[in-house]
Amino acid sequence: MKPEPAQRPDAIPARLRTILPRALPWAVFALGLIVAPLIFSGGASLSILSQIGTMMLLGLSFNMLLGQGGMLSFGHAVYSGLGAYFAAHAIRLAGAGTISIPISLVPILGGLAGMLFGVLFGYVTTKKSGTTFAMITLGISELVSACALMMPEFFGGEGGVSFNRVVGRPLYGISFGPQIQVYYLIAVWLFICTLAIYAFSLTPLGRMINAVRDNPERAEFIGYDPQHVRYLTFILSSFFAGVAGALGAINFEIVSAENVSTGRSGAILLFTFIGGVDYFFGPLIGAALGVFFTELLSNYTPAWQLYLGIFFVLMVLYAPGGLSGLLVEAVRPKVLRRSILRWPLLLAICVSGLLVVFGAILAIEMLFQRSLGSDSELKLFGISVDTSLRMSYVVVGLLVFVSGISLRWAWVAFWDGADKPQTEIAGVTIRRTGT
Amino acid sequence: MSECALDLRDVRKRFGSAEIIRGANLQVEKGERCAIIGPNGAGKSTLFNLITGRFPASSGEILLNGSSIMGLKPFEIYRRGLSRGFQITNIFHRLSVYENLRCSVLWSLGYRYSFWQKLSSLPDVKERADEVLDLIGLRDRQNTPAGLLTYAEQRALEIGIAIAGDAAVILLDEPTAGMSRSETDAAIEMIRRITQGKTLLVVEHDMSVVFALAEKIAVLVFGEIIASGSPNDIRNNPRVREAYLGEYSAVDRTE
Repeated sequence: MKPEPAQRPDAIPARLRTILPRALPWAVFALGLIVAPLIFSGGASLSILSQIGTMMLLGLSFNMLLGQGGMLSFGHAVYSGLGAYFAAHAIRLAGAGTISIPISLVPILGGLAGMLFGVLFGYVTTKKSGTTFAMITLGISELVSACALMMPEFFGGEGGVSFNRVVGRPLYGISFGPQIQVYYLIAVWLFICTLAIYAFSLTPLGRMINAVRDNPERAEFIGYDPQHVRYLTFILSSFFAGVAGALGAINFEIVSAENVSTGRSGAILLFTFIGGVDYFFGPLIGAALGVFFTELLSNYTPAWQLYLGIFFVLMVLYAPGGLSGLLVEAVRPKVLRRSILRWPLLLAICVSGLLVVFGAILAIEMLFQRSLGSDSELKLFGISVDTSLRMSYVVVGLLVFVSGISLRWAWVAFWDGADKPQTEIAGVTIRRTGT
Repeated sequence: MSECALDLRDVRKRFGSAEIIRGANLQVEKGERCAIIGPNGAGKSTLFNLITGRFPASSGEILLNGSSIMGLKPFEIYRRGLSRGFQITNIFHRLSVYENLRCSVLWSLGYRYSFWQKLSSLPDVKERADEVLDLIGLRDRQNTPAGLLTYAEQRALEIGIAIAGDAAVILLDEPTAGMSRSETDAAIEMIRRITQGKTLLVVEHDMSVVFALAEKIAVLVFGEIIASGSPNDIRNNPRVREAYLGEYSAVDRTE
């Protein structure tokens, strides 16, 4: 038997042990948000980081619907966009001295505006689930897009609503003029909202929206009105979308019809799905990657949307759990052990995979160069290709073909003798990550 | 006469031109265990769906504890103290067993649509979910996603969800369907235990289950309740024998 006092100091580390693993991801997240602009300090990268921040919040709020509630919305930008418009008008009024509101609190206003429209439109959309829900969101998205051009007094017509975000006297030297201050404003709001959205998933309503996603009918027979569960979740999601919209508005100092467009809604859906909807952190990855690549790729190639589309289709086909699903799969002990034991095959997979990607990019760029019809010489990755020669296409085609076969061979050999690589998504839906 | 827990008066249901339930009358008293039997296609599950608000009845009257529940939605009927299980397992397949039960107790404990409380720090939710977990014997499977349970385990969870909210009136639709003999015995024992002091209405094909469980039997044939009464009355009722029990005469003799 242990002496009595010896148990006491034991109790504290035990408590720490339960708190630490939970607090650690948040500490890492906060630290990441703080140091990111110190590492990527260029003017352009600061702007990209700010955009990533708002897109992360959009993705998280969107995933309250898609991942948590099984609601596939094609109109999420409606709520962020309208939140952005309200924020823009508020800042304009504040600039004119009509109202007095600090910029740092404008996101709440945007959130409330988003929420208001969530209350209005959500009442109609959440009446149904599944395909009908998706259709109605698409309809509302088109409706609001049309209104944006029909009501120029509020939406600013083609030019949108622009404003100056520096309003009033700076507080403690913070005017929100410099980009870095806007970045930190976004980061703080992102962190708070992420915490709130995560907390939501731990509440009775947060659990019931999962239940309604799985089986709305049964939810009715344990006392819940599935419509109401969806509706409330939708309203809360719209609030966070509105906050993200306002942050985006402050970042760009302009809001236009593009902000409420179906295209924007599509981008939110695309990025969130690429990140993965089954894990809470999925949308964070999706947003970071999505914004980074659209910003970066569009600088390098006019075909960037093609790449994004191909990437999305490949994800839907081969990794429906998204990047977060792949990540969780990859760090499972079974998979890790196999990777170490069969490292030459893993290496072969990586090399041939890269070659396939390289060849495919080369082929796409060559065809693009050709269709543009200007110069027949393509310079890419430090090599130069003559796009007018038939031989170049044969070589590139051969490269893709051979490395594709090698990829397939290495993949099959790597998984040989194992159960097929499976992802247990949220525990049940067992999907294959490869053939 | 004491007030009935459940009172069906001339309930009818038609789908298009076909009348599936043709004037069902049934009184179940409080605390009574009543079984509905009848050949396939007699309308037993349809009757359940009418009582629980899954389909609206075409005409007639359904009273729960003396007040009408006609035209109410399933969740409104549930809130008045009537809960049901399903014949085809109807669970939240991506949630764990424990989460299934937690969800099932939330409304009855008054948490409604709360998004300002933390689920894991609600002691009464935990207590009741744990209690049901033990009742249905799935303690060691509590973290397994419901979709990955074996068939018998899913059936047990199905019943667990139905009783978790502690409703006074419980409807179970073929709770032992597809179970082996030993599983059935265990299930009967469990149902008997958990419906102590409650009103139970159960649809069942297995006559041994019916006679083991029910104090009252109602016979539904072609959408009509042709007889209801104690197991003995039913056994000796010539109309029932003619219409239905003939095929079960072997069971009848062993009783």
